[in-house]
Amino acid sequence: MNLEALLSEKKAAIVKKWFDLIIDNYPSDSSNFFKKQKDRFLNPVGHTISQSIDSLFDEILHGIDSEKLFPFLNDIIKIKAVQDFSPSKALSFIFLLKQAIRKEIGSDIKKKQISDELASIESHIDDLALLSFDIYMKCRERIYEIKADESRRMMFRLLQKANLVCEIQEQESDLKSKTVLTQNIKG
Amino acid sequence: MANPKPEELARIEYNPPKTGWMDTPTVFKPGIFPYGCKPKSLETVSFPNPRSWSVKDEDWKLPENWQEIFIEGLRERVNKYRSFRLFLDICVRCGACADKCHFYIGGGDPKNMPVLRAELLRSVYRKYCTTSGKIMGKIAGARELTIDVLKEIWYYAYQCTECRRCSLFCPYGIDTAEITILARELLNLLGLNIDWIAGPVANCWLTGNHLGLQPHTIIDSFDMFINDLETATGIRVSPTFNRKGAEILLVVPSGDLFADPGTYTTMGELLLFHELGLDYTWSTFASEGGDFGFFTSNEMAKRLHNKIYEEAKRLKVKWIMGGECGHMWRVWHQYHNTWFGPVDFLEEPVSPITGTKFENTKSNKTVHICEFTADLIKHGKLNLDPSRNDNLIVTYHDSCNTSRGMGFFEEPRYIINSVCKNFYEMPPNTIREQTFCCGSGSGLNASENMENRLRGGLPRANAVKHVKEKYGVNMLACICAIDRAALVTAVDYWVPGVGVTGVHELVANALVMKGEKKRTKDLRGEPLPGMEGE
Ligand code: SF4
Ligand code: SF4
Repeated sequence: MNLEALLSEKKAAIVKKWFDLIIDNYPSDSSNFFKKQKDRFLNPVGHTISQSIDSLFDEILHGIDSEKLFPFLNDIIKIKAVQDFSPSKALSFIFLLKQAIRKEIGSDIKKKQISDELASIESHIDDLALLSFDIYMKCRERIYEIKADESRRMMFRLLQKANLVCEIQEQESDLKSKTVLTQNIKG
Repeated sequence: MANPKPEELARIEYNPPKTGWMDTPTVFKPGIFPYGCKPKSLETVSFPNPRSWSVKDEDWKLPENWQEIFIEGLRERVNKYRSFRLFLDICVRCGACADKCHFYIGGGDPKNMPVLRAELLRSVYRKYCTTSGKIMGKIAGARELTIDVLKEIWYYAYQCTECRRCSLFCPYGIDTAEITILARELLNLLGLNIDWIAGPVANCWLTGNHLGLQPHTIIDSFDMFINDLETATGIRVSPTFNRKGAEILLVVPSGDLFADPGTYTTMGELLLFHELGLDYTWSTFASEGGDFGFFTSNEMAKRLHNKIYEEAKRLKVKWIMGGECGHMWRVWHQYHNTWFGPVDFLEEPVSPITGTKFENTKSNKTVHICEFTADLIKHGKLNLDPSRNDNLIVTYHDSCNTSRGMGFFEEPRYIINSVCKNFYEMPPNTIREQTFCCGSGSGLNASENMENRLRGGLPRANAVKHVKEKYGVNMLACICAIDRAALVTAVDYWVPGVGVTGVHELVANALVMKGEKKRTKDLRGEPLPGMEGE
């Protein structure tokens, strides 16, 4: 049996371990809640993490396709980016997969002498981490952008009244466009 | 000792320490707390301790006897408000409320569990106001009011949106929102308000609205609306201001006069009332339905609320109509009568169009605009073409204040269902009484605490995401001005691609008006469905 087969077979246990390790990053009073509340609407953090890592796990087995991985990583990192974590802690969840794998099937790997294969899976995990840095930065930038967008919406009518925004009026309906006005308000 | 393995190191670092809440120090994190108030704002309303200070500074420049002021203030309020004393006394720490707060659910900070949030103040109450606490101290859950304790109370009082979701689940009916409200009132005795609340309060005291808009500015704003509406419909509406003898005084949150997308709600109201030929007036003095005083102290709330009735008296209107606002309705519904008792100089509201008597408003003579409009629709008084909203797949967010603060659920839904064809509810445990807060209420919609607002907005946005994925929902309707500002932001981060609208914007799009030109654009200037090429 090769490593991929072994990982697939033990998926449930590994993903559960991974989930527990991630959730243990939160203060104990909160980790109990994130683990136990199964209603997805009453526990979006726990639910999003468990769903996303489940899908991430499947993807990692088959190599790194950043397009496929993006939505799952994005869902988790968006949450981590606004919680009480430093950037390194926010992204530590990726590396915890290595721990989970070793804990759950470390002895099997030794027995079957497939450590080489493990190295390749671990390098996939490292790639995942790199991708995560980009996403984390995007999320942080997004927070600054939405702050600027909010100020712009709040003042738009007043600035319009003062004839300050006639030129960029056409772009107003397109929230994605970063207009001159946005920059001005922020800086 | 052998060197620890990487995993062991990781474990040590990853896992937060397990200490009891009293022994876990509170660290102030940027992105979580709002900025402190400016001296000018406090001076304007004669509030204590106006001075320049910064939350980030060690020294908050408190009066020397700050402890005494706080504890005396606490004792006074405990004696004055029986409910407050009860809420502080009877909590059995059962934990039923613990996981009901959106800030806790989205962020995972244990001190955002309502039971712990309340305990921050309750522990001080025990120390100074109960015998067991005085004698047994920490064993009885009591602690000294040190400067760190004060700062901790501040930090978490401005992380509660006073939404009351937790109180719904408390078997004893303890309302943690009320505890936050009084904690903030006590903090205000020391000049510890936040800029985003104190500024609007001062503005409102001076000009009648949170933004500090003066009469000419308000009227200029309306001129823009009138022009935009003429472009969209070919009809030129002509609202009146401060008109004596009008039948109805309309009061809306000032956010809807200047901030998109709330402005479209105001434009919708203008169109509707023009079509009805309603005898109503706007006021440039009672130009704010919202009341940030309510987030400051009972006294300040009353001072600001009063102007609406003073204006109604001055203009000699018969009754008042209130617009789509959240906490304005909580104040009207839950506090107004305690402050002023039944209003004796206005008439019991009757719809001039349908003849319906709004008996529920007998006491404060104020009708919710959604009650008024739902009644119009029920009586077939509006010519509506819901297909004009066919591009929208709509869901509805219950504002905490209108739902838990006054039990207002059906009218907005009835209106939405009458003016659009695609409406889908979010999951039952996230709407109506159990609705999740936008995460920015009670004056927390500043910009510097955005991370906290986003945490708090996650449970709401998560339910929106679900209906977006399941039904293709692309528009989130609401009847609160803070929602219209804050949900746009929360949704933009968590569920991009969903817009936010007031209910009366949807009404106006569907409203077929007498003498209108061929409508090709909606109020936002975007093509109506089927008119994309026009
Ligand atoms: S009132 Fe709302 S914000 Fe405050 S503790 Fe309760 S649930 Fe949380
Ligand atoms: S539900 Fe009520 S009694 Fe139970 S911990 Fe919360 S506030 Fe206390």
